[in-house]
Amino acid sequence: MSYQVNGHTVEHDEEGYITNLADWNKELALEIARTENIEMDDERWEVVNFLRDYYEEYQIAPAVRVLIKAIKKSMGPEKGNNKYMYELFPYGPAKQACKIAGLPKPTGCV
Amino acid sequence: MKDGDPRDEKPVTGEGKHPTPHLDQLEDGPWPSFVTGLKRLRDEGAPNNQKMMNDLLGQLNHSYENKLGYWKGGTLSVFGYGGGIIPRFSEVADKFPESKEFHTLRVMPPAGFHYSTDLLRQMCDIWEKYGSGLIAFHGQSGDIMFQGCTSENVQPAFDELNKIGFDLGGAGPALRTAMSCVGHARCEQSCFDEVRAHRTIINTLLDEMHRPALPYKFKFKFSGCANDCVNAIHRADFAVIGTWRDDIKIDQQKVKEHIAEKGRKYTIDTVVNMCPTRAISLNDDDTLEIDNPSCVRCMHCINVMTKALSPGDDKGVSIMIGGKRALKIGDLMGIMVVPFMKLETDEDFEKLTEFGEQVVEFFADNALEHERIGETIDRIGLPAFLEALDIPPDPNMVNHPRTSCFVRTDDFDDEAAKWFERKAREAGLQISAE
Ligand code: HEM
Ligand code: SF4
Ligand code: SF4
Repeated sequence: MSYQVNGHTVEHDEEGYITNLADWNKELALEIARTENIEMDDERWEVVNFLRDYYEEYQIAPAVRVLIKAIKKSMGPEKGNNKYMYELFPYGPAKQACKIAGLPKPTGCV
Repeated sequence: MKDGDPRDEKPVTGEGKHPTPHLDQLEDGPWPSFVTGLKRLRDEGAPNNQKMMNDLLGQLNHSYENKLGYWKGGTLSVFGYGGGIIPRFSEVADKFPESKEFHTLRVMPPAGFHYSTDLLRQMCDIWEKYGSGLIAFHGQSGDIMFQGCTSENVQPAFDELNKIGFDLGGAGPALRTAMSCVGHARCEQSCFDEVRAHRTIINTLLDEMHRPALPYKFKFKFSGCANDCVNAIHRADFAVIGTWRDDIKIDQQKVKEHIAEKGRKYTIDTVVNMCPTRAISLNDDDTLEIDNPSCVRCMHCINVMTKALSPGDDKGVSIMIGGKRALKIGDLMGIMVVPFMKLETDEDFEKLTEFGEQVVEFFADNALEHERIGETIDRIGLPAFLEALDIPPDPNMVNHPRTSCFVRTDDFDDEAAKWFERKAREAGLQISAE
């Protein structure tokens, strides 16, 4: 199971999360987004970049509320809400945006 | 059946069946075993169900042999939803390929658990086709659990269930599926319209269920009386339980009949002596006397003498916040936060919904990650919680105030004066409103 980007092969697990986080680059993000049927625009990049910055600083993905607050700050209240996040990433920011951003698979609780 | 329906495939036959010696033992006990249910699907289910169940049983037996579980979670969901599916991927799929994906759909049951047999049949048909055939009515989470679905079939199975009027429940850090007892539709003890309260609150807060963004889970449960058939008091973050504030209704003729039939000693042993607050006495003429101000509406006497005793007429609800199982701190019962409110008019229901929204908002803003609201209250203290939600403290919130070492009585006179003033004001408002 792998993505092909610029002649490189990048391994991923059965749900499409890359297994080696150091493999990430922008082309790979575009390729993951393509397999998720998502077109990367400025708004989506904003979310993905925030996730990557946050992860770099804290070594953990942010809680959804933290993400929404940050987006509210940068994009304004009409976009800084959970509903808009699902318009950008219909399977949820925690799952889909993290996958594109090359973050570890969210574990979550049942 | 249409071409390509998975139910047309070849069934599992004797040769291909995994031996299950460890699981067979589980069928020995006196109670029905889930193993029997799984085997029935393996032997008599639709062919696609048979294959899945055969490998599932194989993997389970393999687990028992090695004393290890071989399932890992994942992040599956359906379009537009962040929760509601519990993914399970097999780690020994090479040995048991047919059950390599065995995901669960959590589906919200109707309020009060009212189904028609026709609906149940439709659910079974859908799950026979898209899943394993295995359905659990209902899990402790309150959901109908449709267990055993491939990744590919999760979306179409959900679409079909959605078409017959059902929606996914909650999972992850989110509002969870609520439960309400069968209540006033069938039960004489019901003190409010449980299903209406349930539907109103969940429909209002539904986004919080499908797009998880809370610090941790949050559950509402609704029981019509203190018998609490849905375990609201110790399982719900927000428990709404029916009660009454006038007197228990006594039919003295029926009391006499009960005593004549069961005997005086039996009645003393099972009713009079069992009242937790000693509020009942038996008169010489075999009638009952109840000291209503001492009665805590526990339902015990009513449960024993269902014909003679019943809840009063001035009915309403109590609201308890913070019930939960052990997590950061041990098990907690809900804390009495609203001792009594009427729940009859549209305005009453609006008030309840508004309060529910406020509490969830407070939880979202103030709880730490992975913390239930009972733990938040434990951490910041009940007075801070009451103040944040603008709830006036009330002696009725405390069980046995005179014997609780946590009740402080400094400034008692000032507080008492405030209490009487507030009560007088409320009474005045009521009179002027009428
Ligand atoms: C020895 C076998 C098993 C035992 C004793 C067992 C036991 C349990 C129990 C007691 C619960 C809580 C049920 C409730 O909420 O009322 C549960 C939930 C669950 N189990 Fe199992 N289980 C077994 C096998 C499996 C298998 C094979 C799977 C799937 C691969 C599975 C997946 C789940 C899931 C997804 C839940 C959560 C369902 C929900 O609450 O929506 N379990 N299990
Ligand atoms: S909780 Fe009370 S009202 Fe509801 S079903 Fe049980 S006994 Fe009846
Ligand atoms: S309801 Fe409970 S507390 Fe009240 S009188 Fe009956 S047994 Fe006693």
